[in-house]
Amino acid sequence: MGSEVFILMKSEWALMGIIFLLLFLKVTETIKDNTALFRLTNVLLLLNFVFGFFCNSKGELFSGMYITNDVLVLEKNILNFGTLLISLLSCEWTKTHKNLAEFYILLLSTLLGMFYMLSANHFLMFYLGLELSTIPLAALANFDQDKVKSSEAAVKMALSSAFASGVTLFGISMVYGSMGTLNFAEVPELLNWGPLQIMAFLFLFAGFAFKLSAVPFHLWTADVYEGSPVPVTAYLSVISKGAMVFVLLNVLYNVFRGYEGIWFQVLFITIIVTIIVGNLFALRQENIKRFLAFSSIAQVGYILLGICSGNAGGAAATLYFIIVYIFSNLGAFTVVALVSAKTGKENINDYRGFYASNPALGWVMALSLFSLAGVPPTAGFFGKMFLVTAGASTGSYILVSIAALNMVVSLYYYLRVVKAMFVEKSDAPIEKLSFGMAPKVAMAICVIGIVTIGFAGCLLEYITNLFQ
Amino acid sequence: MPGPLYIALIPLLPLITFAIISLVGNRYFPKFTGILGTTSLAISATISLFTAWQYFFVEGSVNGVYQQIISFKYTWLEFSPNVSIDMGALLDPISVMMIVVVTFVSLMVHIYSLGYMKGEERFSTYYAFLSLFTFSMLGLVLSSNIFQIYIFWELVGVSSYLLIGFYFDKPSAVAASKKAFIVTRFADLGFLVGILLLAFHAETLDFQTLIQRLSTPGDYLNGIISASFLGVSALTWGLVLVFIGGAGKSAMFPLHVWLPDAMEGPTPVSALIHAATMVVAGVFLVARLFPIFAMSCPVALDIVACVGVFSSLFAAIIACTQTDIKRVLAYSTMSQIGYMMFALGVSEYGENGLGYMASMFHLFTHAMFKALLFLGAGAVIHYVHSNEMKDMGGLRKFMPITHITFLIACLAIAGIPPFAGFFSKEEILTAAFHSNKLIFGLAVTTAAITAFYMFRLYFSIFWKSEHHPHHGDDHHGEGPKTMLIPLLVLGLLSIVAGFAPFHHLVTSDGHPLHTEFHLLFAAGPVLLAIIAIIVAMVMYKKESALPGKISEGLKSIYQAAYRKFYIDEIYLFVTKGIIFNLIGRPSAWIDRNIVDGFMNMMATVTENFSDTIKPIQSGKLQLYAVWFFAGLMGMVLLFIYLWA
Repeated sequence: MGSEVFILMKSEWALMGIIFLLLFLKVTETIKDNTALFRLTNVLLLLNFVFGFFCNSKGELFSGMYITNDVLVLEKNILNFGTLLISLLSCEWTKTHKNLAEFYILLLSTLLGMFYMLSANHFLMFYLGLELSTIPLAALANFDQDKVKSSEAAVKMALSSAFASGVTLFGISMVYGSMGTLNFAEVPELLNWGPLQIMAFLFLFAGFAFKLSAVPFHLWTADVYEGSPVPVTAYLSVISKGAMVFVLLNVLYNVFRGYEGIWFQVLFITIIVTIIVGNLFALRQENIKRFLAFSSIAQVGYILLGICSGNAGGAAATLYFIIVYIFSNLGAFTVVALVSAKTGKENINDYRGFYASNPALGWVMALSLFSLAGVPPTAGFFGKMFLVTAGASTGSYILVSIAALNMVVSLYYYLRVVKAMFVEKSDAPIEKLSFGMAPKVAMAICVIGIVTIGFAGCLLEYITNLFQ
Repeated sequence: MPGPLYIALIPLLPLITFAIISLVGNRYFPKFTGILGTTSLAISATISLFTAWQYFFVEGSVNGVYQQIISFKYTWLEFSPNVSIDMGALLDPISVMMIVVVTFVSLMVHIYSLGYMKGEERFSTYYAFLSLFTFSMLGLVLSSNIFQIYIFWELVGVSSYLLIGFYFDKPSAVAASKKAFIVTRFADLGFLVGILLLAFHAETLDFQTLIQRLSTPGDYLNGIISASFLGVSALTWGLVLVFIGGAGKSAMFPLHVWLPDAMEGPTPVSALIHAATMVVAGVFLVARLFPIFAMSCPVALDIVACVGVFSSLFAAIIACTQTDIKRVLAYSTMSQIGYMMFALGVSEYGENGLGYMASMFHLFTHAMFKALLFLGAGAVIHYVHSNEMKDMGGLRKFMPITHITFLIACLAIAGIPPFAGFFSKEEILTAAFHSNKLIFGLAVTTAAITAFYMFRLYFSIFWKSEHHPHHGDDHHGEGPKTMLIPLLVLGLLSIVAGFAPFHHLVTSDGHPLHTEFHLLFAAGPVLLAIIAIIVAMVMYKKESALPGKISEGLKSIYQAAYRKFYIDEIYLFVTKGIIFNLIGRPSAWIDRNIVDGFMNMMATVTENFSDTIKPIQSGKLQLYAVWFFAGLMGMVLLFIYLWA
């Protein structure tokens, strides 16, 4: 094994290094100043992101329990990038918290869990990663300790996660029961279409659907999103979801490939209810975080549309869309985080007249929402176009037309926010906000991403080549 | 054979300038933006000249035949291995000539505008728009892909719209920009359908492949010819539709109505867009697809010729009656572009491709003297603050340089040797003579009329008696140096451009063309032009009652021509009277009551359904778990018992 352990697991080692460094700083109380800690952590995260592009190799460790390859490296880089953006956008929020080091330790622990989950080639490894990525999230949801809603979110998160974990574990035990192995590589040959195996698959899928907040496993989402601090909400809706999509892609395409006939049907139903219910609930939300929660549920429906195609094009479109989604959703969350941290306002109606007082923020928000809605020529349009094209390649036009119809519905509620910001007048509008460099950088990156990514054909090409 | 990459700089520099000016220049250094734009374009023009020199004299030709060189090509969107939208640069004689013309005229206009637009409130916006336009136009002429040309075609349309409507506080300017945009939009629709039709049958969007497949006999050509609609082959439809697009941009009858109104824009803009570059895009397009026109579909080429020669004569007649000097120039532009069009129309591919060469030649010389005319007119307008002829007169004493350069340009457009226009016009007339005597006759008539109205313009501005308000106080007679230098440079070029060896350089198939010069043949049109000039001199050099009498005598014709043959009124009748009332109103009713009604119903249904499922999201964790489990069990039941 020797040095392989360090080379192949380098992303995990890097994260662990940062976590232990922060832990050390915390315990020794070397840095008391939040600003300094914030800067240090962001520099570390930036280095971590950059480091992700170097010294990459393929291989497996621990008798095949852990693997890594080009696709996984890209996926980890995407997650690193998203985490960096979230860290930047939480700038104003972090100023008010005593225990900033804990926040980052918990956050990076979940990210580490996701990395293990991604690289898992064995159900046990996968389960360990899943737990590591879930439990600290409940603590994070409770980070606004003085707020009742935050505690509520944490409790709901912890209990529902426990429930979902139970279901997943049950599914894993059924896999073992019917096949006698938990190794991803051995499962495909042992698929025999027995009821126990199908049930095992469905239980596992329910666990995934829970993390992805696909309907009807989504009910925790809105309450948790609403109660959690904004950066945590952003993290839940982008990184946690993105990681889960990558794992699902791997499990469906590589482990349960033989059950394509079944999982296509499962996804078919899930997509339809997810998109419709997500959109219908998003229509009526007044709290902007709940609104983004339901909109992200609908987005998951579109992501699953890409996955259900079952071919390399669909996988590439999915990965591409996650990148687009990171830019678009985090652009919106940056603005929400700023407003929330500075004024405590979180309702859509509070955003009336927002454009007049904060034109730049208004534009960022509008652009992000347009991208989420898939209005050309933003990146979101191209992302959705590729997803729908992938979905259409299955020949299931019912699915595609439902997705297309719902895009129209979603346009309505995204524009509702834009209308509140740009058109409506308010007696007590949000005043002009002043904020530091970090959120500005985050917004600039998001805006550039939204505007340019759709035209960078080379990105999709690169991803497609990875899957060939 | 890959070409040099620095070609990319030619269009990119103006684009970068546009970005800089509009993002930061506007705010931080508004005064400096003019210099910035001019400098970057000067670099661009230098690279263009260098490219042209490299192409024409160093490496462009193989065994004396000019090659098509793909300088670079970047696949932007790939639909299938065969069909992709590329962004690239295709170098061949016409595109190289066009980049020189575009950058050069644009540079002159940039320099000129430093003086002309000085003190203008939106000075830097103006330069941003100019840069955007130059970028689009360069992208258009360099296109290696028919879809790329369409994208830039639209960009050119947009930037032209922005520049025409530059004085957006003037209602007439707003109306004119809208008109130009809408009219060309209709034409562009034809263009798009034409592109799709050609590309569908040729299974490619790439210019070289497309032309190769559709101009040489083979499966593709047979396929597109045998497919027919309303008894006309798909090839003819495609080419005619593409030509409609070209006719819209090039202001050919009956899509010319926007061009005279477009004179509402700042005068230097008219010189750049509506004289030298954008309006010749249509000619360029036909020339680009010329092998297909000439070898596979002579019918479409005949249409080009007829439309061209008719527009040419039609515009020349109208130009005789207009009193706004910019409008006279606008109609003369339309007339000259008609010349280029029919020259293409009467041409053949290869050895008998005199018309093609002549058309490109005329495009080149016309760009020089027409830009000069507009810039001269701009100087005059700058001085008298009016566009109307009656406010001018006797200006030769106050603006000697403008006067001389304007005279040179008038002589050039009238086709008097040895000025530039003479040579290109003579080639066109020769080409027409060998092809179709009727077209030749009309062309000669047009040439005479052209000489007449140009000198009517010249004498009315610079001779006659003085009407303008600034008597002798000479506060800014000639305008600043920045305005004079372009005039002098262009004046010089209008004299010498005719000696360019076009028949060696720019031909339809890249082979040098052998041309003969017949003194007697050339003498006829020149003689006619001189007679026309003398007539104009008699009528307009001094104040006289003669023009009034003649227009009185030909009252009905004069009125019709003055009212531009009522084309605008016809359009208005068709759009307002027929389309609005018979189509617009009924569809508005359907839209309001049936379409909206359906949408409202959808919205109500959605909202009600949303209300119905609201209780699911109760906030109670136990219930969430119940739903979770119910969902899971539902799927288990479905897939294990029902579906399996």
